[in-house]
Amino acid sequence: MNIDTSILHGAAARDEATGALSIPIYPASTYHQKDVSVRQEYEYGRSGNPTRKALEDTLASLEGGEKAYAFSSGMSAIHAAVTAFVKAGDHIVATRDIYGGTYRFLTGFMPKFGVSYTFADTTDARKTEAAIRPNTRILFLESPSNPLLKITDLDAHAALARKHGLISMIDNTFLSPYFMRPLEHGIDLSIHSATKFLGGHSDLIAGAVIAKSVEHGMAVHYVQNTCGAVLSPENSWLLMRGIKTLAPRMIRQQETAVMVADWLSNQPWVKTAYYPGLSSHPGREILARQASGTGCVVSFEIDTLARLDSILASVKILTVAVSLGGVESILSYPAKMSHAAMPPSVRNDLGITDTLLRLSVGLEAPDDIIADLAGQ
Amino acid sequence: MKNRSPQISTRLCHAGLCTDEKTGAISTPIYQTATFRHKGPGRSTGYDYSRTSNPTRHVLEKTIADLEQGHSGFAFSSGMAAIAAVMGLFKPGEAVVASDDLYGGTYRFFETLARPSGIKIFYADTTNPLKIADVFSREKISGIFIETPTNPIMKITDLRGVSKLAKKNNVLVIVDNTFMSPLLQLPITLGADVVVHSATKFLAGHNDTLSGLVVAKSARVSKRIGFIQNASGAVLAPFDAWLVLRGLKTLAVRLECAQANAKRIASFLVKHPSVTKVYFPGLSSHPGHSLHKRQARGPGAVISFSVTNAKKATSVLRRVSIISFAESLGGVETLITHPARQTHADIPLATRQCLGVTDDLLRLSVGIEDEKDLIADLTQALE
Repeated sequence: MNIDTSILHGAAARDEATGALSIPIYPASTYHQKDVSVRQEYEYGRSGNPTRKALEDTLASLEGGEKAYAFSSGMSAIHAAVTAFVKAGDHIVATRDIYGGTYRFLTGFMPKFGVSYTFADTTDARKTEAAIRPNTRILFLESPSNPLLKITDLDAHAALARKHGLISMIDNTFLSPYFMRPLEHGIDLSIHSATKFLGGHSDLIAGAVIAKSVEHGMAVHYVQNTCGAVLSPENSWLLMRGIKTLAPRMIRQQETAVMVADWLSNQPWVKTAYYPGLSSHPGREILARQASGTGCVVSFEIDTLARLDSILASVKILTVAVSLGGVESILSYPAKMSHAAMPPSVRNDLGITDTLLRLSVGLEAPDDIIADLAGQ
Repeated sequence: MKNRSPQISTRLCHAGLCTDEKTGAISTPIYQTATFRHKGPGRSTGYDYSRTSNPTRHVLEKTIADLEQGHSGFAFSSGMAAIAAVMGLFKPGEAVVASDDLYGGTYRFFETLARPSGIKIFYADTTNPLKIADVFSREKISGIFIETPTNPIMKITDLRGVSKLAKKNNVLVIVDNTFMSPLLQLPITLGADVVVHSATKFLAGHNDTLSGLVVAKSARVSKRIGFIQNASGAVLAPFDAWLVLRGLKTLAVRLECAQANAKRIASFLVKHPSVTKVYFPGLSSHPGHSLHKRQARGPGAVISFSVTNAKKATSVLRRVSIISFAESLGGVETLITHPARQTHADIPLATRQCLGVTDDLLRLSVGIEDEKDLIADLTQALE
């Protein structure tokens, strides 16, 4: 079955009892137990819910994993994936150019529990390896990275993790399983802010962790059940509804992103356009080996702050907002939005300057998006 | 920036975008409220009671009115509730002409509810303008109800021609645009007065919500539909209104993808030895092909086809695996229906057979799966 078909008919297409094409929303918090001596599949809504299970099975099948778990946000998914595998005294190596929320989690939250971190330029596996210590337990990757779309070599990093006995995990939010399936490249866990492309309509907050092995999956499930940041049945259903159109959305949005990136890279007021589909992008070849697409997010640095203000104030087709991955194009200002949690010096060092914009390309007609950007 | 109006794909994915001024919320809020507090006596916020109007439903109604280029839109709890409301425009003694090939539910409504309430119903082959002119000359007609393409035989009616003829005779033109959606066909721009939709189908698009929509071209008809909607009360719930809006956002990519699949499947079916007839306006052999091309942007994603005999039809329904044997159409998942036993079971046998809705006819609503998987499924089912 091709992925376009398995998205619709994979793990959880029909309700057996009634034949309903849409999986029922089970709001139940608990389940009647017929016989206390026999353990039923469902006992309590936090531990398991049939609607959430249908979503989790769908995610596992899309990513090619053994187990998947759905969380109430992308950050709670990261929290579960990370805390499932570390204890006080452990150390994490993470991609340096990373989402601001993950940065805050690794630098502000985890140290309170005695877990330390080192950021590495993971575009070069040698630099990653140099950051690994005897107490390193997790290799946390983001590729393409947010917002500069740097590419990390998955096969090389999976090998590195195996060599040093680390759990490898990647935030696969930007490409989604439609374009990249990291577990097939030897990565242990794939993590999503499902709020973005998976949900796709900017109308729910959700996260997911997909594990390559049952053993790693059970460790994540332990945190999910113990800490309880589960996705509600309603949002699980809505997320499945979003996933049903993942294929045509990703295909169309990427086509438009390529056009917008090309156009941006030819504008005199654009200093640098960052998009892995551009021939100038340094990670292009690696990405082509590990993914079937270049995604729908384009970042670009422009010449002046005055122009930045003018663009943000004048766009009409683009929505100025935090987040990405929706059917509507979203223009974000990383310095003040997604990466506000990063100290300015760190930001500037990475290239997340005050004149950088990030565009999540939606389903609008390409001409409408380009005309809107040209109108500043 | 020049004032240019955004293309339909842009307008569709912006359905319900940032309607809440107060918070800037990108997604329209779901106002799950029955009523609204008045600021004081005689001081309404504009919303009084959710049957009369609801802010979430209102966003959907405005969106569909814009898309269909009409004056106002109205959302109902099902496609049949939308049709029932439109038929409320006619008084006992008035007469309505309808396409002879029609969705079975519409036929049932006309025969068992509209006719007993005193509305005269005539059926005509609306693909033939002479037949319409003939009815208009013999009877005093108030309205004409058209499906194009028809369900399930996919017959094409000339909307411009019929509308011209209707205007001359002071006849209200109602078009069920369910099979096409405003992405592919805009009946009001071709002269229609009222457009109805089972929004359950392509507009919502996920086989998960029931809804009906009405768009009226004029302020006068809009006012009457609004009155009927409020007085009879078959309104769409706020959550479903929101789900339809969410569906509209992907209408263009869904329907374009499903339509591309449908074109390939139709070509496959035409060549298949077990298939005796294929009804799809995208085929150049279809009698309405060129007319349809003039009034619509594409053939859509529904194909009807006859197989060698009724037994074969039953066997196909038993054997399909990726394709679901279920009523309805227009969703992301491909469905196959047996019109004679399902959607059109209420139409008398003789009428059905005369129209071609025979026991060997199947209707396929093509979804967005990979076309190779669908063709493989049909190949094994037709064996």
